[in-house]
Amino acid sequence: MSADVELDRVTVRFGQFTAVKEASLKIAGGEFFSFLGPSGCGKTTILRTVSGFLDPSEGAVRIAGKDMIGIGANKRPTALIFQNLALFPLMTVAENITYGLRVRGMSKADRRKRADELLHLIALPGQGDKLVSELSGGQKQRVAIARALAVEPQVLLLDEPLSALDLKLRQHMRNELRAIQQRVGITFIYITHDQGEALTMSDRIAVMNNGVIEQVGDGKAVYDEPRTSFVASFVGENNPFAGRVAKADGTGAVVETPFGLLRGRNPNGVKEGDKAILFVRPEALRVGEGSKDATVTSTVLNVAFEGNASHIFLKGADKKDITLTVGRLERVEIPEQGSTASVTYNPDLGLVLPEGKLARE
Amino acid sequence: MSRLFVYLIPVFVIAVFMVMAHYEKRLAHDPTHRGFFDRNGTVLGVTFIALVAFWTLFLVVLPYLYMVQESFHPKLVAAERGGPKDILTLEQYRSFFIQPTDGEVNTTHLWAFFFSLAASAAVTVLNFAICYPLAYYMAQAGSVQKVRLLMLALIVPYWVNEILRAFSLRLLLASKGLINQVLMGVGLTDAPVDFLGNNVGLYVGLSYAYLLVMMFPLYNAVESLDKNQIEAARDLGAPWWRIHKDVVVPYAKPGIASGCTMVFMLSAGSLAAPQFLGGPQTLWFTSIVYDFFFQAFNWPRGAAYAFLLLAGCIALVMLMLRVFKVSLGETIK
Amino acid sequence: MSSQSIIKVMIGFYVVLFFAYLFGPLMVMSITAFNTPSYPSAYPFEGFTLNWFVKLWNHRAMMDGLVNSIIIGIGVICVSVPVGLAAAIVMNQIYHRARSLYYLVTVSPVLTPGVIIGISTVIFWRDFSEMTGTRGLFYKGIMLSIFGQASFISAYCLLIIMARLQRFDRAQEEAALDLGASYPQVFWHILLPFLRPALVSAAVIAFLSSFENYNTTTFAILADKTLVTVLAGEVRQGTTPALSALAVIIIGLSLFGAIAYEVAKRREERRSARIAERAKLAERGELAPADATPQPA
Repeated sequence: MSADVELDRVTVRFGQFTAVKEASLKIAGGEFFSFLGPSGCGKTTILRTVSGFLDPSEGAVRIAGKDMIGIGANKRPTALIFQNLALFPLMTVAENITYGLRVRGMSKADRRKRADELLHLIALPGQGDKLVSELSGGQKQRVAIARALAVEPQVLLLDEPLSALDLKLRQHMRNELRAIQQRVGITFIYITHDQGEALTMSDRIAVMNNGVIEQVGDGKAVYDEPRTSFVASFVGENNPFAGRVAKADGTGAVVETPFGLLRGRNPNGVKEGDKAILFVRPEALRVGEGSKDATVTSTVLNVAFEGNASHIFLKGADKKDITLTVGRLERVEIPEQGSTASVTYNPDLGLVLPEGKLARE
Repeated sequence: MSRLFVYLIPVFVIAVFMVMAHYEKRLAHDPTHRGFFDRNGTVLGVTFIALVAFWTLFLVVLPYLYMVQESFHPKLVAAERGGPKDILTLEQYRSFFIQPTDGEVNTTHLWAFFFSLAASAAVTVLNFAICYPLAYYMAQAGSVQKVRLLMLALIVPYWVNEILRAFSLRLLLASKGLINQVLMGVGLTDAPVDFLGNNVGLYVGLSYAYLLVMMFPLYNAVESLDKNQIEAARDLGAPWWRIHKDVVVPYAKPGIASGCTMVFMLSAGSLAAPQFLGGPQTLWFTSIVYDFFFQAFNWPRGAAYAFLLLAGCIALVMLMLRVFKVSLGETIK
Repeated sequence: MSSQSIIKVMIGFYVVLFFAYLFGPLMVMSITAFNTPSYPSAYPFEGFTLNWFVKLWNHRAMMDGLVNSIIIGIGVICVSVPVGLAAAIVMNQIYHRARSLYYLVTVSPVLTPGVIIGISTVIFWRDFSEMTGTRGLFYKGIMLSIFGQASFISAYCLLIIMARLQRFDRAQEEAALDLGASYPQVFWHILLPFLRPALVSAAVIAFLSSFENYNTTTFAILADKTLVTVLAGEVRQGTTPALSALAVIIIGLSLFGAIAYEVAKRREERRSARIAERAKLAERGELAPADATPQPA
């Protein structure tokens, strides 16, 4: 059984500090939904509001259409997987997994049976009598998942559960989490600052900054059609060129940048004279000259060979390098360090957005 | 009636406490914070509060207040209490300064008061001097296993109670004791030295009784000091005594303060060492209090003296903390 | 280099001297327990005897006192450990500024001279029991000794339990809640087991502090006797090697306790080393394909 989750103008304040500002969105039942943002952006606060550890200062949280205000964490149809997992160190693996059933008054024999089923599900059969401290990081992870699933929640909340694992295991666990979600079919709400995790696993992503939800959409939309400067700079690599809009019409705009006039699409409808930023992704740039309003010329600072691709760094404005990625098989001549080179892009792949805060590098 | 008045004070304090808590809750609104009964459930919450209330009220605050209250009453037999003779009076405090029998200045008790505090201060300094080197050595040089063994070796003697420890020192220091036997055997002295009469026994006994009380806070304080700081000071060419004066002692100040406070308070309030190791002429202040209870049966005067002792000790400790610029908060942590 | 080794020798000498000061008197006393003269003396050693232990065993007052001491010790555990636990939990949950006032009240008994605690306890309960007509229940030596000792021993327990409570991971509590536990269930299932080691040490410390207390008990015990007050009386009257014999027994028990503690500690260390070893093995097998793919349920 899965349930939809609705945030209705949720605001959370800690004393003077506002952690979340008027967050509104609807998560469909059975969806894998991620909140993505840098640390301190309020994503964990949202998660804790949904799980019931704190009440919003204003607004409402509804799960399956039911208002959750005043309902404690232990009475909600949600289960949370903590960042540090919070497994109970003094209980065995099986006791951990069935703890939620124990407090619901299930008999010992039934619990034992259920533990065996769940241990099988997480590929740790016969390991129920081990202590948690005897397990590896990945095994602990799976025990935490089993413990949360044991209570058959309608919504599973995950608070950066992979951050403690090393890289290789993390990528493996991404697939595993996605597989588990598809198997059990319940709503997953996933919190992360790692865009790779969010993009690979999620049906939809909410990008957050400073307590505000900047954009909601699927991975492709967030990557290809960012609505704000923050989203454009936070999700994936991007080269910003800031300046004033010199010319704007329905489809495109030209920005006066330190590298001359540059053109891009104009989805937000910026107007002539507005401060704006043109974004071009590293993979959209090519070495060579193109049309004049889509070419940047600058000094080559560094070239980094990375196997499947090479990165070329050009001197940009404000001490920010312009990055350009060239695929291994593209067979272009890579300019030498110290030389002056021109790079160009297809103006359809440039994006002009109103000026706003960029993500910290 | 004054006895009932005593109950109003804790009620007032609790009210202040509640107001403070309420005010702070309003000041720093925190949506994660749950009410006390919310967080513990009603049954457990009430149990916790009841236990704490029983302790703080019936075992700590009310007894203190009753003692103070008693000290402002005259000495009465049980039947007279609550009768017309049961008035409030400063008589007991006056008697500390002026002898009630002959109107003379009460030099005996004043001297005992001064002597007890001064001797306790001396013992505190002595214990600090004895413990500091070992605490420093254990904290900075010892391995984990070695330190644990040293700790056990320190603790074991303290499972033997105060009386027996005093007794063991008496066996050593008595005129027929082992030390005098040795001294006379070697020929250093012809007649036994009266260690107990000249108060050497008292000082040794007090120091011995509270060594550990000094040791632990010192060790804890020095232990958390980063060894690199000492190395750095040494590299810069500081002589060893400067390293201690400029680096270790300032860092360990809160620990030193709490060790010294504890030793001082315990010495000033000690009963066993003065009773069993003090000379016949020595009057320790707690012994006077003891005698008021068990020989003169003058409880109000005993209570007054006990209160004076407490006030004197606290005043001296506060003064010392002020002089050495340590806050009380750091000391009791 | 030579100044280094001089310092080493000096430190060693100092440590030896320190422990001689600490143990010397106890060792001398222990020897007197086995020497025949009726005045306790270590030298000359006139003859070996166990007579003083027999004397001790037949000392009625001391044995009665011992029974009272044990009763009081158990009573103090029953009061102080729950009070210390409750006080620690309350301390952990109240707001910041109110906390310092609370801290001052709860820790003050540690610094108050025991004599004063004893006196104030007696005076308060004398008047309180009279006022409420409960003199027969409360105004008794054993009761008052428990109350008086618990006054400051509860503070010890508070400090011990508090130290462990501060290391408690709030996420544990939240995880249990999230799985549907009620707050009382969190307390019984999660918090109490976590605090168990601290509760055990608090109980041990409480008993030992109670057992050896003199300053407070000598007032609070009224006309009754505990082992320590009987001892005090004996020492005041004079000296007998029977007291040394008692000391020998206490020292023996202490040493036994210390060794048992050390052995338990080492066993615990070995155990956690084994567990850590197993976790490391599991870590290594982590990415082995057989282990890492979940089976469909």
